[in-house]
Amino acid sequence: MLNLFKFWGGIKPPSHKTESNQHPIGVAPLPSHLIVPLHQSIGGTPKPVVQAGDKVLKGQLIGEADGWISAAVHAPTSGTVREVAMHVRPHPSGLDSLCVVIDPDGRDEWIARTPLDLATTAPADVFAHLQRSGVVGLGGAGFPAHGKLTPAPNVPMDELIINGAECEPYITCDDLLMRERADEIIRGIALFRDLLQPKKVLIGIEDNKPEAVAAMTAAVAARGENFAVVAVPTRYPAGGAKQLIRVLTGKEVPGSMRSTAEMGVQVFNVATAYTAWRAVAHGEPVISRVVTLTGNVAEPRNYEVLIGTPMDELLKLARPHPDTNGILMGGPMMGFLVPNRQVPVVKTTNCLIAHSERLFPPKAPEMPCIRCGACATVCPHELQPFEMYWYARAKNFGKTQEYDIFDCIECGCCSYVCPSRIPLVQYFRFAKSEIWAREREKKAAEEAKARFEFKQFRDEREKAEKAEKLAKAAAAQAAKKAAEAAAAAAAPAGDAPATVAATDAPAPASAADADKAAKMATIQAAMERAKAQREAAQPKNIEALKPDQQRELAEIEARRQAAGIADAPASATQETKAE
Amino acid sequence: MDILTAIAIMALGAVVLGAALGFAAIKFKVEGDPLVEKIEAILPQTQCGQCGFPGCKPYAEAIAKGDVDINLCPPGGMEGVQRLADLLGREVKPLEAEEKPKQVAIIDENTCIGCTLCIQACPVDAIVGAAKQMHTIIAGQCTGCELCLPPCPVECIRMETIGETLDNWKWKYPVVGIKAVPLKDAA
Repeated sequence: MLNLFKFWGGIKPPSHKTESNQHPIGVAPLPSHLIVPLHQSIGGTPKPVVQAGDKVLKGQLIGEADGWISAAVHAPTSGTVREVAMHVRPHPSGLDSLCVVIDPDGRDEWIARTPLDLATTAPADVFAHLQRSGVVGLGGAGFPAHGKLTPAPNVPMDELIINGAECEPYITCDDLLMRERADEIIRGIALFRDLLQPKKVLIGIEDNKPEAVAAMTAAVAARGENFAVVAVPTRYPAGGAKQLIRVLTGKEVPGSMRSTAEMGVQVFNVATAYTAWRAVAHGEPVISRVVTLTGNVAEPRNYEVLIGTPMDELLKLARPHPDTNGILMGGPMMGFLVPNRQVPVVKTTNCLIAHSERLFPPKAPEMPCIRCGACATVCPHELQPFEMYWYARAKNFGKTQEYDIFDCIECGCCSYVCPSRIPLVQYFRFAKSEIWAREREKKAAEEAKARFEFKQFRDEREKAEKAEKLAKAAAAQAAKKAAEAAAAAAAPAGDAPATVAATDAPAPASAADADKAAKMATIQAAMERAKAQREAAQPKNIEALKPDQQRELAEIEARRQAAGIADAPASATQETKAE
Repeated sequence: MDILTAIAIMALGAVVLGAALGFAAIKFKVEGDPLVEKIEAILPQTQCGQCGFPGCKPYAEAIAKGDVDINLCPPGGMEGVQRLADLLGREVKPLEAEEKPKQVAIIDENTCIGCTLCIQACPVDAIVGAAKQMHTIIAGQCTGCELCLPPCPVECIRMETIGETLDNWKWKYPVVGIKAVPLKDAA
């Protein structure tokens, strides 16, 4: 048996899991409309590729991934696009983001699906396929899965950890997924294993889910894989990525290391493995997920829900009690009350809890901190929340960073145990976002300064160049005048040699003039050369273009020629230069 | 005799120390004023000139000399004044002008005649365009200094407050809501 490690702190809140894990996963009926936010994962916002009025099929691409860290978004069912507009997103801010609203036609008609043949596909194409299929981490953060599947070049991959811990109270969607679809999860894990080539694969499941552990163990045995299914002690937040790494491998991930890949460990949620396998083996993009409906409801249960289903419509399936006064997305520890009930289910919605004052009585007012240290004894990252609280409250952000506020995972253990009921996590979130905002402002200020200084430098340079040009022009003018005078002096001399002979005096003067004329000739020649060089130099701003762009340019130029508005490229550049 | 020796020793000491100090002054000469750099790091670099100086650096230099007050920079806000006061050990004073929310300039592209006057006025090169071509503002680089407003002959530039988006949204300072509780009848 594997030797397990412990992490510091943690709490054991009432789990409330048995309410919703008694029934198999149900299928939610088609909602009246679907609101699919385009930005559902960390990274770039996908660009909409449909317009209002377009007919879409189930699984059709509606948002194209923007950049490497970004994942595509698809139509969850067939129907008509009603609009591409701003709608409230399930986010604590309650701000709007761009969403595609689809009216289902009821036929639920799939687009042609193309499974990937893993035997003949290069890893890079598998990544592209996962990105195109919109596979993101379904555990909570929504990091695009393909971004985590590239092994670090210089760190050997030791362990691949599959997170089935599901430590938050109330949530049972991963539990049910493991019970019912263990085989496909295992195939997905095998896919990740092939891409990452780790030495070991560990599947961590909290020991309050014996059915899931049994189902996963059986599935691993049936596939003949050597994955270790490990029951980890139930203690919140054992499902945190860093905590699970600690428990299973004994490795501690320092806060400064953003990517766990630097430590040779990578963590994926079970549902991510499942959707990755569906995407590869069946060509199905991520258009639905399992969501737990629980809390103040008569029939708590897990449902397979289309992404974009409005939450109030969905919650009706579980028959909420009349005193329900809000919807919590996520668990009671880290979740938040959604800004309004019409917000849609997104890829990272694992659980909806009907909120009522009976279930979650309002907190009594905050009292002063008595420095009892209870928060420090439960903090799974061994931080000192009471110190960070002082400084966050006083807006002394430098000090909060000295106490490693960025190691805080906002698990909420400190707020849970605080006898003074201080919303510690809220203070930490406030401090973190203020620090980020300041960093952004500082960066912007530095860039503005650099641009300002360059503009000043450029102005100076232009002034100097102008002055130089003027000086040159003046010199040339003077030389010309002198030459003319010399020519005028020489002409009468040629016509009447007698006068030259008569007066010796002008001779040295004309010699000096000849000298000047020679100088002027060299200047003239230099200017000619410079002019020729200028004309020979082609503008170099279109060299780096791709062939199709160059072709497009040529076409535009041809059209301009035909329309008679074209002017020589040289004069065009000069026009802009003149300014 | 003794007194002469003593004087000689003191004189020698003075010469040696003087030479050492003179050498150090040349060898470890500090280029520029480090205080100016520290002040400049606090200023918001909008280069707007609202302080009466042509840019943030001249203002920083003037502050370092002690010629001017530290409360002349509206974009820096009260927080900037506070930080300058901390750095310089001066007293915090209320801002001279009112504090405005962050803004960005927007060119009405239908009205723009392509005169390039705003391009010349922009201190941070945040406007693109050419003569007789439409101009536009690179919103991400605009510092909201408003210097492009006066030169525009057709008044096609307006300032817009930067609203809250998901990119710049911040968690709020936790405040306890005060609820009105109905008064109970006196027992």
